[in-house]
Amino acid sequence: MMNGVQDPLLRNIRQRKMVDFIFTLAGLMSLLFALLTLLALVLDLAVTGVPRLSLDFFMNFPSRFPEKAGILSAWVGSLCIMLTTSLCAIPLGVAAGIYLEEYAPKNWMTQLIELNIVNLAGIPSITFGLMALGIFVYKLGLGQSILTAGLTLGLLVLPIIIVTTRESVRAIPNSIREASYAVGASKWQTIRYHILPYSSGGILTGVIISLSRAIGETAPLITIGALTFVAFLPTSPVTSDFPFISFQWLKDPFTVLPIQMFNWLSRPQPEFHVNAAATGIVLLLMTLLLNGVAIYIRYRFRQKMKW
Amino acid sequence: MMNIRAEVKKLSFFYGPKQVLKEISMPVYENKMTALIGPSGCGKTTLLRCFNRMHDLYATANYQGEIILQPGNRNILGKDIDPMEVRMRIGMVFQKPNPFPKTIFENVAYGLKVRGVRKKSFIEERVVKSLQQAGLWNEVKDRLNSHATNMSGGQQQRLCIARALATEPEILLLDEPTSALDPISTAHIEELITELKKEITILMVTHNLHQAARTADFTAYMYLGELIEFGNTDQIFTTPNDTRTENYITGRFG
Repeated sequence: MMNGVQDPLLRNIRQRKMVDFIFTLAGLMSLLFALLTLLALVLDLAVTGVPRLSLDFFMNFPSRFPEKAGILSAWVGSLCIMLTTSLCAIPLGVAAGIYLEEYAPKNWMTQLIELNIVNLAGIPSITFGLMALGIFVYKLGLGQSILTAGLTLGLLVLPIIIVTTRESVRAIPNSIREASYAVGASKWQTIRYHILPYSSGGILTGVIISLSRAIGETAPLITIGALTFVAFLPTSPVTSDFPFISFQWLKDPFTVLPIQMFNWLSRPQPEFHVNAAATGIVLLLMTLLLNGVAIYIRYRFRQKMKW
Repeated sequence: MMNIRAEVKKLSFFYGPKQVLKEISMPVYENKMTALIGPSGCGKTTLLRCFNRMHDLYATANYQGEIILQPGNRNILGKDIDPMEVRMRIGMVFQKPNPFPKTIFENVAYGLKVRGVRKKSFIEERVVKSLQQAGLWNEVKDRLNSHATNMSGGQQQRLCIARALATEPEILLLDEPTSALDPISTAHIEELITELKKEITILMVTHNLHQAARTADFTAYMYLGELIEFGNTDQIFTTPNDTRTENYITGRFG
């Protein structure tokens, strides 16, 4: 009697658990597939490239002899461009994000702007390159320079910085704002003493992640006319004459790591492919390092900020 | 002889199209404690937040009527007064303790900092005094530089009281300051309020009728956005004039 009632019930449970199990398995397989592919790629890169990594590789200019070629001009170029990008994108992005979250009236106009910013983040990067070629290179006459490249990548990552700034500002509970206003603080004081410091962890994380995206960008830089063979360094920022600081380097031509890598890959000699792999490792490590720093900062701020 | 410190005159308040307060008029007496009681959603917190223009932070708020602040005879809801001035004169403690994630000292000194006070000795003096007034000094005097968020809920709420007191406000607004606290912390804060009202005018929202009966000199009963009855606490609790007040006090509803 009891079994008659129990059996359909048990069968039903067994069936549904089976579906559970199948889904778990499918999920795990997909994950493993993705991870293994990535692992294979990284391993292949490492096996080919690691033996080529040496101090000389970092200190030499590119050359037509693969064993003498290095990435000096590429990593210096990448560094200079990242600096320019940070300097123009961080203040603009953070200020815009704070304005949208704290000052802008909540109406359809603001919503339209917000929607467009989110959309901008998804636009193919080469479009930014075309726009930069038209505006920065031709209209403003900035040339095919580090400045143009920095501004282009700055525009590219600006939406990401705005969006992450807004998200971290929004994460601050209103009770904190009210507490600040309640003792007579002004809007700017509330932002300066509370909103900015409490959101800086999130903002910094966003900044670093956007930089790690910018450092691997190739297409927009090729569009604006990055060189593929650069056997010189940008002008030194420090000079022997007054005022001892020079911004001439902003006007210099450049190459960056991914372009150098692309250039070597497109050559027929296999020795150059080794160089490309080694450059890939350097690029990968830089991105990993940046992401690691971002995770660390987020962790530290989570510990400190309790509401 | 009791002085009126603030007088609410025909105050109506709207959230967008929705009217939340309906023509409320009541006095707030100097150095007395006035309690606002009533069931949830009756508008008592809304009324309290009118006193320091907290509603101005949110776009859809709209006031009608006046709150006249004495001395000076100024309408704190008027267009000619800056909400910042109102908040500098009238301090507020919120329902949920909301210390800044900064040190204890920085929390209390914040009101002085935003006013541009630079003199260190003065700030230190005030911080000590406010912490003493808030009954927190003995517990924190050795760790003024530790983080405020590491304190217990009761301590955090007393810290918020100290933060509000540091700028010597003319009126102190308390929005259910003990609703998130345990009975011991509550007793502590009630004691504190009884002590504070000797020097400062207090307006407090409370959900707890016994708390109003214990601590308030005057009580206002609100229901559905209206002020039903205002009077001496003893009178409200023993011989209310309105049957709605009586029904609420005696626990027939609410």
